[in-house]
Amino acid sequence: MANDQPILQLKDVHTYYGNIHALKGVSITIPKGGIVCLIGANGAGKSTTLMTTFGIQPSTKGEIFYQGRAIHKLQPEEIAALGMAQSPEGRQIFPNMSVHENLEMGAYLRNNKKEIAKDLDWVFTLFPRLQERTGQLGGTLSGGEQQMLAIARALMQKPTLLLLDEPSLGLAPKLVEVIFETIQQINRDSGTTIFLVEQNANMALGISDTGYVMETGKIVLTDKSSVLLESEQVKKAYLGE
Amino acid sequence: MVQSDLKKFFVYSLFLGILILPLVGFATTTFNASRAFTVWGLFVGVLAFGLITKGIRHSGGYVNLSDSLAPARNKIKDKLLAVPAKYYILALLAFAVIYPMVANRYLVDVGITCLIYIVLGLGLNIVVGLAGLLDLGYIAFYAVGAYTYSLLNLNFGIPFWFCIPIGIGFGCIAGCIIGYPTLKMRGDYLAIVTMGFGEIIRLMLNNWDNLTDGPNGLYGMAKPTLIYPSIADGGLTWVTFHLKSLESLYFLVLGIAILTVIGVQRLDRSRIGRAWVAIREDEVAAELSGVPTMWLKLLAYALGASFASVVGGFFAAKLSYTNPNFFIFMESCIVLCIVVLGGVGSTPGVIVAAVILSAVPEIFRDLQSYRMLAFGAAMAAMMVLKPEGLIPATRRKRELHASDHHQHEES
Amino acid sequence: MDTTSFLIQQLINAIFLGSIFSLIALGYTMVYGIIQLINFAHGEMFTAGSFAGLIVLAGLQKVGFVDSHFILSMVLVFGLGMAYVAVLGVSIEQVAYKPLRNASRLAAILSALGMSIFLSNGMMLSQGVSDRGFPNVLGWEGFKIFDAKISYGQVFIIILAFALMYGLWIFVNSTKLGKAMRATAQNKSMARMLGINVDKTIRVTFMIGPGLGAAAGIMVGLYYGSVRFDMGFIYMIKAFAAAILGGIGSIPGAMLGGMIIGFVEVAWSAFLPSEWKDVTTFVVMILVLYLKPSGLLGQSATEEKV
Repeated sequence: MANDQPILQLKDVHTYYGNIHALKGVSITIPKGGIVCLIGANGAGKSTTLMTTFGIQPSTKGEIFYQGRAIHKLQPEEIAALGMAQSPEGRQIFPNMSVHENLEMGAYLRNNKKEIAKDLDWVFTLFPRLQERTGQLGGTLSGGEQQMLAIARALMQKPTLLLLDEPSLGLAPKLVEVIFETIQQINRDSGTTIFLVEQNANMALGISDTGYVMETGKIVLTDKSSVLLESEQVKKAYLGE
Repeated sequence: MVQSDLKKFFVYSLFLGILILPLVGFATTTFNASRAFTVWGLFVGVLAFGLITKGIRHSGGYVNLSDSLAPARNKIKDKLLAVPAKYYILALLAFAVIYPMVANRYLVDVGITCLIYIVLGLGLNIVVGLAGLLDLGYIAFYAVGAYTYSLLNLNFGIPFWFCIPIGIGFGCIAGCIIGYPTLKMRGDYLAIVTMGFGEIIRLMLNNWDNLTDGPNGLYGMAKPTLIYPSIADGGLTWVTFHLKSLESLYFLVLGIAILTVIGVQRLDRSRIGRAWVAIREDEVAAELSGVPTMWLKLLAYALGASFASVVGGFFAAKLSYTNPNFFIFMESCIVLCIVVLGGVGSTPGVIVAAVILSAVPEIFRDLQSYRMLAFGAAMAAMMVLKPEGLIPATRRKRELHASDHHQHEES
Repeated sequence: MDTTSFLIQQLINAIFLGSIFSLIALGYTMVYGIIQLINFAHGEMFTAGSFAGLIVLAGLQKVGFVDSHFILSMVLVFGLGMAYVAVLGVSIEQVAYKPLRNASRLAAILSALGMSIFLSNGMMLSQGVSDRGFPNVLGWEGFKIFDAKISYGQVFIIILAFALMYGLWIFVNSTKLGKAMRATAQNKSMARMLGINVDKTIRVTFMIGPGLGAAAGIMVGLYYGSVRFDMGFIYMIKAFAAAILGGIGSIPGAMLGGMIIGFVEVAWSAFLPSEWKDVTTFVVMILVLYLKPSGLLGQSATEEKV
């Protein structure tokens, strides 16, 4: 039964920014172990979905369950302690702290020094460039490096669910490929479930098992990613055909 | 949620009270037990009161009670609001005019102080309330007015009514000088810089012995005069009448206050007032719409300064004495307190707050020393509980509560 | 006194004054860095620390403890004084600042001002309007370098101040909580998503910042011999200027700014009419804010509308 339970479930979630109704009854189910993506245009509400899930922008209605446990009334730090991590919109690395310190902050809730050191090594094998720049201040890194750092930092939390907000934003296509390959590798090697939010529908659907399409705060379509890639509707709207 | 809040609040409040205890009255040579106990008791009492009211407000009983009383309360409120403002204003004016005839010397003096604070509050309201700029050094303009009159009158014998426009001029200049560097600053920096300027002016007045006789102050200025024509004996003569009596001074400052109220109301409803609102809400958008933000900000400071310098000149003339210690930072805080407690941007609110803050301490003379203590606590409490003030200006209320709008919705 | 000695004397005075300003400025900068609030009540933390230290010292002296165990007495005086103010600082944060964390800048500034007025008047009521004398435990003895006289008291205070600043540096750069504080100051919501309890780190900031201010207050009381309920005001302004000069929000900035202001003040007093020195500090502060608001080492401050 534990393996059947979805790792994350959003049920009819509504979120407001002031008077703006950003999420209008969003329902998403993420099964354990794979990669699920949420695609949609700019401003559709994708980032809001992640922020609401994490409690930064709390929902006004609806429920959110993480591993069967209700989390929609919890504080973000409590949710992080339950095993969720995010590489958020804008990367949000700490600009005045070094790469190493940023990664240390990722491991803030953990106490086992040996395990943390092992994970640090693992993260450096995934992103060798970070190891080169380990003493450098976060604010001086390039966009791509910051993205790597954001993901690496989230991995340092040893999460069971990893939320990724538009990892491809502003990056050169080659770098985007590298990052997406790495995302797949993370999912393979560590079994961490990944919830990926993206504007780059092609890449997102390419590496995920299931996809959700969001328009102006509502889920309009959901299916296996392979099916969505072939769908006329999706092709016209998001795949640039 | 409420239970734990309550508990935490209680624990910390008690904590604070206990902490203050050793500082209270525990002098190094003698221990004043009664004084210690009084201050601590007062403190804990206020906090307990706050605690209890919070508890009552959250309890079911109160909600039921207030809901059932609501229709009656609303009916009364509607009835009161239905009476056009005119009648209230007339009643207030009538009271103000009759006041010196029924009150004794001491109370008339209190009345004068009250009116001075009303003018100061309204003047600062232009800067803080209408234009949305913070000014922690406002009292400097009051000082400019007072010292302008003092120096001109003592050194050159210039009569009161000529000094006032000159005072306004200097006030405007001071306003522009203080306003100019702050044009690009916002929020916190504005606060510090204006405070700094206020102090600079006070220190200059205190240290520039040659000009201002420093900490001794200036004394001996003539009272304000009234010059009116009179037909006597052969022809037209001008009679100079020195306003020496307290009643006459009262009426003079009442006149100044009335003119100030009219002036501020006019400004609020004018194009300038609306432009200030635009700047306050979104400066960049205002700038892009062609609003000359720089001039308007300077104008706000200059106008606010003008009102302060007029009443500053009056103040110096009434006492025939002035001193840098009248213009300390604390006074700026008091005026700011008046504006905030009354409701930033709200004229009737500021008037009420000025009356409360100047009259109430006089009534409770024995508690005079606790006056500032109460001020400080009231200011902090006001911000936490009701930031829009006693009689809020409707715009401001929306602004201040917009951020916590949806946090209330979920709970 | 020949020039060398004169300069050495001024140098020591400058370092002395600078360290004190640095300690106070650190309190401002840490609080501003983490919640973007200028803690107007910080001057009162300084004064309260001084009074608290005085009370402990007077008590110890009555039982003759100070003469027999000087170092231990100092530890108690500073320790208890700073601890007291640390708790005072947290209490104020919980009561007057925390409820306003999402409110407008104006509300927060006014609440801080209100607290400042409340505390300074509270101290005036309880401790009286006039100066209260500190027992002279540091003594007048010292040593000479060339002709410059340096008292042991000055040396003691300078060493203690530097020790405290070094301790802070280690805390902020090498401990988990210290790094969490820095992270929280840079990005609150991200810190929360990493599991950092932001409320707790803010509370700790309000213990350390005011604590350092209190230490400065005790030092001033010990060295100058007296404390008054309103002495916090002028130190507050100068520490403001120092924190801003160094870059508000930056810990090394506050240390640097404090030293610079100390040097400026000593230099001014040595060569120019001293009654205008306070005006100079204000002018310097305004110039810095006008010309380079981010200061020497700092991140730029909030430019939010009031």
